Amino acid sequence: MPEPRRHLLSIADLGRADVERLLESARSFAGRTESSLLRGRSVFNVFHESSTRTLASFELAAKRLSAETTSLRAAGSSADKGESLKDTILTLSAYDPDVIVVRHPSVGAAELVASWTRAHVVNAGDGKHEHPTQALLDLYAIESALARLDGVHVAIVGDVLHSRVARSLVRALGLVGAEVTLVGPPTLLPPGIEALGCAVSTDMDAIADADVVYVLRLQRERMDDAFVPSLREYAAVWGITPERLLPGQLVMHPGPMNRGVEIDARVADSDAALVVDQVRAGLVVRMAVLADLVAGPTQTKAAVALAEPVEVA
Amino acid sequence: MTLASRNGRRDSLVLEGRVVAPAQGIDECLRVTVADGVIAAIEPAPASELVVAPAFVDPHVHLRTPGREDEETLRSGTEAAAAGGYCAILAMPNTDPVVDSASVLRGLVSLAREEAVVPTGFMVAISKGQAGDELTEMVELAGAGAAAFTDDGRPVASAALLRHALRYSGPTGLPLALHCEEPSLSRGGHAHEGAVSAELGLGPYPSAAESVMVERDLALAALEERRVHLMHVSAAESVAAIDRALAAGVPATAEVTPHHLVLTDGAVRSLDANVKMNPPLRAERDREALRDALRRGVISCIATDHAPHARHEKEVPFEEAPFGVTGLETAFASLYTHLVLPGELELETLLERMSVGPARAFGLPEPRIEVGARANVAVLDLRAEWEVTADGFRSRSANSWLLGKQLTGRVVQTVADGRVVHG
Repeated sequence: MPEPRRHLLSIADLGRADVERLLESARSFAGRTESSLLRGRSVFNVFHESSTRTLASFELAAKRLSAETTSLRAAGSSADKGESLKDTILTLSAYDPDVIVVRHPSVGAAELVASWTRAHVVNAGDGKHEHPTQALLDLYAIESALARLDGVHVAIVGDVLHSRVARSLVRALGLVGAEVTLVGPPTLLPPGIEALGCAVSTDMDAIADADVVYVLRLQRERMDDAFVPSLREYAAVWGITPERLLPGQLVMHPGPMNRGVEIDARVADSDAALVVDQVRAGLVVRMAVLADLVAGPTQTKAAVALAEPVEVA
Repeated sequence: MTLASRNGRRDSLVLEGRVVAPAQGIDECLRVTVADGVIAAIEPAPASELVVAPAFVDPHVHLRTPGREDEETLRSGTEAAAAGGYCAILAMPNTDPVVDSASVLRGLVSLAREEAVVPTGFMVAISKGQAGDELTEMVELAGAGAAAFTDDGRPVASAALLRHALRYSGPTGLPLALHCEEPSLSRGGHAHEGAVSAELGLGPYPSAAESVMVERDLALAALEERRVHLMHVSAAESVAAIDRALAAGVPATAEVTPHHLVLTDGAVRSLDANVKMNPPLRAERDREALRDALRRGVISCIATDHAPHARHEKEVPFEEAPFGVTGLETAFASLYTHLVLPGELELETLLERMSVGPARAFGLPEPRIEVGARANVAVLDLRAEWEVTADGFRSRSANSWLLGKQLTGRVVQTVADGRVVHG
C-alpha cells in the first residue's frame, strides 16, 4: 500500500490518480451534511497574506468535518513583532495540530513549513509559485460544467507572470489531459513558461478554440512597473467582453475580480461565468483535501458513504 | 597597496610532491626546502601523490568586519582562506560602516596585523557609503593602502559617477572592480530569467541585467583608458562583450565563481537558500560560456565571492533570504571534482586561474615556486575524498551550496607568506 500523502504543497507532487481521487471525494461531499470524520482533530490556518475565500472555505471545510479550527493572520500575531516563520510554526506545532494550512507571500514557504512540523501541511498559496487547492477546485468546476476534463481546452488569459493560480492550474490541467493556452500581453508572460507544458500566445484570437476562458486578475499597480500602459488599454486589448466570447464558451475567474478591467461586468454576471460555482467548489474540494490527508483515502470514502445528506432549503 | 597579516615567525620545512606551477612551466616531482619562510632549495624528488602548487589568491571575499562579526571576523575568514589553500585575499568594503574613509581602512589594516593569518588586502568603496552619489576620497584611500575600488554588493548605477571615478582615480593606478548589475532590470529578481524562474514564480533576474552593465562599463574603461576588473561574471552575453573588449585592447580582467562554473539555475528548484546568490545561477549555455572563457583566459581569475550569512538569515523562504554563499574552504575541491575530474578543465588551468591570474589582475605579488621566493604554497591531495559538513568549516558561517556533498581533492597544507597557516 502506498504511504498516505503527508502534505499538499504543489500540484507537481500529485499524479493523475491523486487528482481524480480528490475530485471524486469532493463530489461525494457535495450535498452531504457535517461529517464527524475529523472529530477531535485540529486545523490551523496560518495566513501571512490577505485572503477572503480561501481562508473562509478552509475554516468552513474543517468545521464541516468536525475538526477544531484556529486561524492566525500575520497582522495581530507574533509575526508583527518580528517572529520568524520558523518560530511561528515551531510554536504552533507544540499544540500538535493535525493540519497546518499556510498562505505566505514567498515561494517555497509551505515546503519550508513542512520541514519544521509533524503536521500535515496544505499550501494555500506561496508567493507566485502555487495554489494547489485553487487548481483542484477549478478542475472540479470545469468537470461539473462540462462532464469531462480530458481533452478540454482552457485558455488562461492575463497576468501569468504574477499568478500562482496559473502555475498550479497549468500543471493540474496537464495531469488530467486538458490542453492549455496562455494568452496575454508579452510583458506578463514569463519567458520559459511553456516548459510547464502549455502553448503561449500574445494574440487574443487564440481564445477562440477554448472551451473555457480562465481570466486572471490584473493587479491595478502593474502600470507602475510599466508592464502595461494603462487599465484602459489593457481592458480594450485583453479584457474579456461578450463580443470576444463564442457561444458555449465558459468563463472562470479565481477572484477577486476587477470588473471593467480583465472582465466585463456583463460577462461576470452572465450564465457563462462559473465564478460562484468555483467558490462553492472550494468548500468541498478543501474538505476532500483535509480528509484525504488526515483520515486517508480509504477512511474518507467509507465515512462519506455513511454521512447524511444535507437539507437544502 | 597593503597586504596585512599577523607578524610572526617564518617557518622552515620541506615539501615534497609533484610541483605544478603552470605560470613557470613546472610540472615535475620536486623537493622544495623552505628556510625561514623563503624557498632555499629545489631538488629532484621521487614520484609522489601530493601536488605542490603556488598558493591561491582570492580577489573577492566578504569578511563582514566591521559590523557583522557574528558572521565572519578577520581571524575566522582568514583561517577559512588558509584551509582553502590561499596565501592572499582581498576583502570587500560593503561592511557596516562601509570602508569609504582612510580611518576605517587604517583600522582594518591594523586589525588584520593582529588577527589575519593570511595576508589580506582591503578594497574600498567607489562612492561614499556605496550610495552611488559622491566619490570617496580616492587618493587618500590609495595612500592608506587600499587594494582597489569597488562598490561591490551593488552596482555603480550612475554612468557619470563611474566615469568620474575612473578619471579621478587614474593617478592612483588602482583598478576599479565592478559589480555589473542594471538595477532597473534586476529589481525584484531572485533567480535567472528562464524556465526555472517562470515555473517557480520567482522574480526573474535576466542575463541582460548583467550584460548591459558589462557593456557600459567596458565602454567607459575604453574611453578613460583605465583598468577595470569585472566581478562574478555569470552570463554568456557578458563573456561575449568581454571577448570583444579584449580584442579591442580594453584593459579589463574578469573573474568567475566556482558556483557559476558548476551549477545552473536547475539547482534553484530545490528552493534552498544556499543556492541563492547575486548574480544568480544561470543556464547551461552560460555555464559553458564561462568554462570556455576560463579555459581561454578571457576570464583569468577564479574568485569565491565568499559571502557568509548567519544561519537564521538563510532559514527563511528563498525570496526572503539574502544573496550569497561561502566558498573559501571548498573552491579548489569543488572545481577539481566538477571540472577537472570530468575532463572539462586542465588541472594546470585551474591552478593558474586560482593563483597567478588573480594576483596579476590586482598587481599582487605572484606566488612562485623558485629559489629566493617567499614561500606561498598549497599542498593538495588529489585523492582525498571528503564530505562537506556544516561543522567542518573554519568560517563562522556555513551557508555553503555544497553542504552534504562529497568532494574529491583537498588542501592538506598551506604556506602563506613563509608561514605554515594550515596543515
